[in-house]
Amino acid sequence: MTNTNDTGTSTVEATIAARRASGGGALIGYLPVGFPTLTESIDAAVAIARNGVDVIELGLPYSDPVMDGPVIQAATQRALANGFRLRHGFEAVAAITAQVETPVLVMTYWNPVLQYGVDRFADDLAAAGGAGLITPDLIPDDAESWLLASERAGLDRVFLAAPSSSDERLVQAVTRSRGFVYAVSTMGITGARSDVDSAARVLVTRLREAGATSACVGLGISTPAQVREVLEYADGAIVGSALVKALADGGVAAVATLAAELAAGARDIRAAV
Amino acid sequence: MSNTTDSLRAQSGPYFGDFGGRFVPESLVAALDELSAEYALAKADPAFAAELTELHRSYTGRPSLITEVPRFAAHAGGARIILKREDLNHTGSHKLNNVLGQVLLTKRIGKKRVIAETGAGQHGVATATAAALFGLDCVVYMGEVDTERQALNVARMRLLGAEVVSVKTGSRTLKDAINDAMRDWVTNVETTNYVFGTVAGPHPFPAMVRDFQKIIGEEARQQVLDLTGRLPDAVTACVGGGSNAMGIFHAFLDDPEVALYGYEAGGEGIEGLRHAATLTKGRPGVLHGARSMMLQDEDGQTVESHSISAGLDYPGVGPEHAWLASIGRATYLPVTDAEAMDALRLLSRTEGIIPAIESAHALAGTLELGKKLGPDSTILVNLSGRGDKDMETAGRYFDLLDAGAQQL
Repeated sequence: MTNTNDTGTSTVEATIAARRASGGGALIGYLPVGFPTLTESIDAAVAIARNGVDVIELGLPYSDPVMDGPVIQAATQRALANGFRLRHGFEAVAAITAQVETPVLVMTYWNPVLQYGVDRFADDLAAAGGAGLITPDLIPDDAESWLLASERAGLDRVFLAAPSSSDERLVQAVTRSRGFVYAVSTMGITGARSDVDSAARVLVTRLREAGATSACVGLGISTPAQVREVLEYADGAIVGSALVKALADGGVAAVATLAAELAAGARDIRAAV
Repeated sequence: MSNTTDSLRAQSGPYFGDFGGRFVPESLVAALDELSAEYALAKADPAFAAELTELHRSYTGRPSLITEVPRFAAHAGGARIILKREDLNHTGSHKLNNVLGQVLLTKRIGKKRVIAETGAGQHGVATATAAALFGLDCVVYMGEVDTERQALNVARMRLLGAEVVSVKTGSRTLKDAINDAMRDWVTNVETTNYVFGTVAGPHPFPAMVRDFQKIIGEEARQQVLDLTGRLPDAVTACVGGGSNAMGIFHAFLDDPEVALYGYEAGGEGIEGLRHAATLTKGRPGVLHGARSMMLQDEDGQTVESHSISAGLDYPGVGPEHAWLASIGRATYLPVTDAEAMDALRLLSRTEGIIPAIESAHALAGTLELGKKLGPDSTILVNLSGRGDKDMETAGRYFDLLDAGAQQL
């Protein structure tokens, strides 16, 4: 397997690096496909991109989402109840990338990819204009088929790193990831928290020592102040549940407003600090 | 990926053929590594084995008996049928075998809190029991649907000092209870050990739970030899996740003359969707941390299973069973709700033993197998649990309850 940095350019990594270079950091926004409807989920993703989100993390609803907290569980369950199918994921990626330049990473649990066929999934995602995959329940140790398929199709692959990961595992996550490494801010699942764990700062430092050039922090980040705080040491801040809640409560307009507020937290942090 | 030795018994994961592995969030890997390492040390430590053996002798009630059941066997073409009586264990099923092993391991690691998932409540009750015995905090996750249909087991767990969390997400059954237990573990892994109830889940659980259950087959193999002078022609067990079946199969894996049969929940019939016949009707996929067979739709979304027996009502199965099926070493067949209930009543009336509905699936399958193998054959059946917990279901099913009567 090739080292990630050897093959092609990752639009995601370039986008994050550009934000970093301009004195801030990247804002990565998560929304699930099919919530509250397929059309509205596409509109919402386009809206957050137009309001300052640098990279879209588009979630595919799954029946057994072990990394997700109550807000995202409720949204994805509703999408499934409304008849979400995998092909809607590819349709959504194509519809979003047709309207905005923002790179779209798909976040999916592993079994849907496996059933669709790993190579076929990679090809169809690339054809739809997707940038790659974030895989919360696939660790590099068991990812042989995805490493090969993503390499062939030129897709990003984002693996997770946790505060509990050993130094060896952090090196593995950095080496195998392309686009960025997803640093899990705390031991836990998705959902807003009042404090983003200090463990995140330590983890990003350890990831840098392991060679990471692009490390983004997720889990528990919901406010502009938290985004700013995280971007003092990380390359990107990932916001999920807060955006989903805004969409659930106030529709596309509300999620656009929140995205703009969060994006303000991600700009010119040197001036603010 | 699989181990290269010729012995089928020597397989210890993470892969069994193409099945097994670890499909989990990175946050859990350190805990799984810690568990694997600590288990390897415990396995090599005679003091650990001695403590577990003594607990099984003085607390579980091991070795469990074998009982020959000739009046029942008369309905199976005259084959000789011998039951391995896991129903006589403390807490009423085979579940305690595994739980005591894992709780001793928890003590070794130094964690003070255990969590568990449960469907019917047997594994939850066993975990609450062991937690009480060792003074550990215990939280049991149980789907809301199951807390309603197994209310007495909820009371048992609470009486034992455990907290029971009613899981209200997804299908609100066992698979969702496992999801919530995994979420708890991801969050509290520093203080908490996950006492997993079956031979599924990420490595090391399939191999470790199997190791703690294989005492069933080791005892029974010798007991049958002592009684009959030879090995049985077939060994049978019910299969949900598959822990009691792996427990009795394992000692016989390298005896090619012994046929192994696992009976899955055929529910209302495998033509429709209301069943839990994972190995008969499922496809390979990833669920709850392992690659195995599972019931799923075209998109890989888990399909809800159905069985009259809550303990078999699971859309997945342990990876070692998927492997044994793939290499043809064991055969897995569906048994319907109705066939299982008939066998439950037959054993009750012919032998005075009321089996759990789960175990009744193995009995029903054995009735058919006996007719096929003939009167000269001997069949060993794992009677994995007793039927006390199922009296309400059986009472309604056979119309045994007086109108308006109520248990007070």
